Amino acid sequence: MQLSGSPNTSKKYLFSKGVDEFFSDINKAYLFTITFFKQALTRPFHFREIINQSFEVGLKSLSLITLTGFIIGVVFTKQSRPSLESFGATSWLPSLIGIAIVKALGPLVTALICSGKVGSSIGAELGSMKVTEQIDAMEVSAINPFKYLVVTRVWATMIMIPILSLYCSFVGLLGSYVNVHSEEATSFINFYKNAFSTITFTDLFSSVIKSIVFGFTIGIVGCYKGFHATQGTRGVGRAANQAVVLSMFLVFIEEIVIVQIANWFRNY
Amino acid sequence: MEIYKPQHTINKSESVIIIKDLYKSFGELEVLKGIDLNVFKGENIAILGKSGTGKSVLIKTIIGLLKPDKGTVEVLGKEVETLSGKELDALRLRIGFSFQNSALYDSMNIYQNLAFPLTMNIKNLSKNEVDQAVEEVLESVGLRDKIYQMPSDLSGGQRKRIGIARTLILKPEIMLYDEPTSGLDPITSSEINDLINEVQQQYNTSSVIITHDLTCAKKTGNRVAMLLEGKFLKIGTFENVFESDDDRIKSFFNYNFIQ
Ligand SMILES: Nc1ncnc2c1ncn2[C@@H]1O[C@H](COP(=O)(O)OP(=O)(O)O)[C@@H](O)[C@H]1O
Ligand SMILES: [Mg+2]
Repeated sequence: MQLSGSPNTSKKYLFSKGVDEFFSDINKAYLFTITFFKQALTRPFHFREIINQSFEVGLKSLSLITLTGFIIGVVFTKQSRPSLESFGATSWLPSLIGIAIVKALGPLVTALICSGKVGSSIGAELGSMKVTEQIDAMEVSAINPFKYLVVTRVWATMIMIPILSLYCSFVGLLGSYVNVHSEEATSFINFYKNAFSTITFTDLFSSVIKSIVFGFTIGIVGCYKGFHATQGTRGVGRAANQAVVLSMFLVFIEEIVIVQIANWFRNY
Repeated sequence: MEIYKPQHTINKSESVIIIKDLYKSFGELEVLKGIDLNVFKGENIAILGKSGTGKSVLIKTIIGLLKPDKGTVEVLGKEVETLSGKELDALRLRIGFSFQNSALYDSMNIYQNLAFPLTMNIKNLSKNEVDQAVEEVLESVGLRDKIYQMPSDLSGGQRKRIGIARTLILKPEIMLYDEPTSGLDPITSSEINDLINEVQQQYNTSSVIITHDLTCAKKTGNRVAMLLEGKFLKIGTFENVFESDDDRIKSFFNYNFIQ
């Protein structure tokens, strides 16, 4: 089956213009992802650029993650307390919060914040490099722009988003502790012990894996949209916007799929 | 500023670029329709044509950013389309490409912009060697004092110069200029024209200069080629081309003259 991947063969449409373009888009995204896997583990690695980009990811999202994580911890605890109280099960509060935050909320909230903050900025940055021919300029100086720009950024998001997720969970539990502490005199250590009492290694492991997948998604989507920006400055805005929308959408899908898979593992 | 005409030694028995029967379309838009061109060693050739005639497409095909649909492009004895990634990179190191909008890396300062192609391609250079190379090319384009500024702080003409300096740092044998004077005032344009000629002399380059600016073509081109509707209408000295009776060339001349 011939898809209209190359502009030279697109005179006749297989289905219709829109449908063909949709499939050709998917094909392009697929090839882009394959290229990443081919180039991610070969020299040169540009370690310094990976570190630079990791700092960028951290700096851009840290304040918002701290604030959001803390508030979620406080609010979630406050809201859960009455329903647990009606069962007389307030002692379960820390472990309930622990499960909710470490397994679900921390990674998800971090991924959503980073889709907005990091995904859009990668999309805009690479998009503007594309439309001002800076990417071509690298290529004609015999520098592989995919390696230097895409591979480094995707590594950075894959490294940083799991770390930020754990940080977000930590801050969330801190917020929760502040709320718990205002009601009863639990020590911080005890609270954390309780919170982690029902969390297994598999939980933590799958949570980190999930964050790596989220990080990969945010990085590759931002880069893909940026690399394929067209039509001048308007294209740059569009690339940033589409990067956010698409990566958020994919993050939700992945969340559902990974939770399912983790549950299967638990049951066998 | 002293104006000097190209007096470089041109070796007409040796071609650095040979293009044969080149075709390129985008979808249904046929841009290049049978281009033949020889660029001799040491020569500056100016390619003139209206906006949208495919000048940039032609120059991008020479450096392998675009692939021809039909025909061959041979640069420094190598057929571009058949090269592997590594061979193409090796060839590209011998070619300098000056972009229409300079394409400076706007996240880097001028020093970093200039050092980048050097340090990425030649491993284990000492800081001293890099500094020296950067200063040398900045000297060549006359912008030594801008070394630690950001590209956004420079004027259009200065950005063009830095763009040219960035390609010179790898000591290219061929220079490709995409609209070197577009968007510049006449005085700055004239300075860039001089720079192009200086580069030809100082670095012994052969160049292709894409332009719609007649002054630029006249001042920098040892030969001029007129591109119209995807083909070369005429190739020769500037006088030669514009003495032609062809109405299409005359109208291009008049149009530019009024501008
Ligand atoms: N990558 C591309 N995809 C589709 N069309 C292109 C592409 N590059 C150039 N074109 C089209 O080819 C024609 C020639 O463009 P160009 O070479 O940039 O003209 P100019 O002579 O002004 O440099 C234009 O109509 C342009 O829209
Ligand atoms: Mg052009």
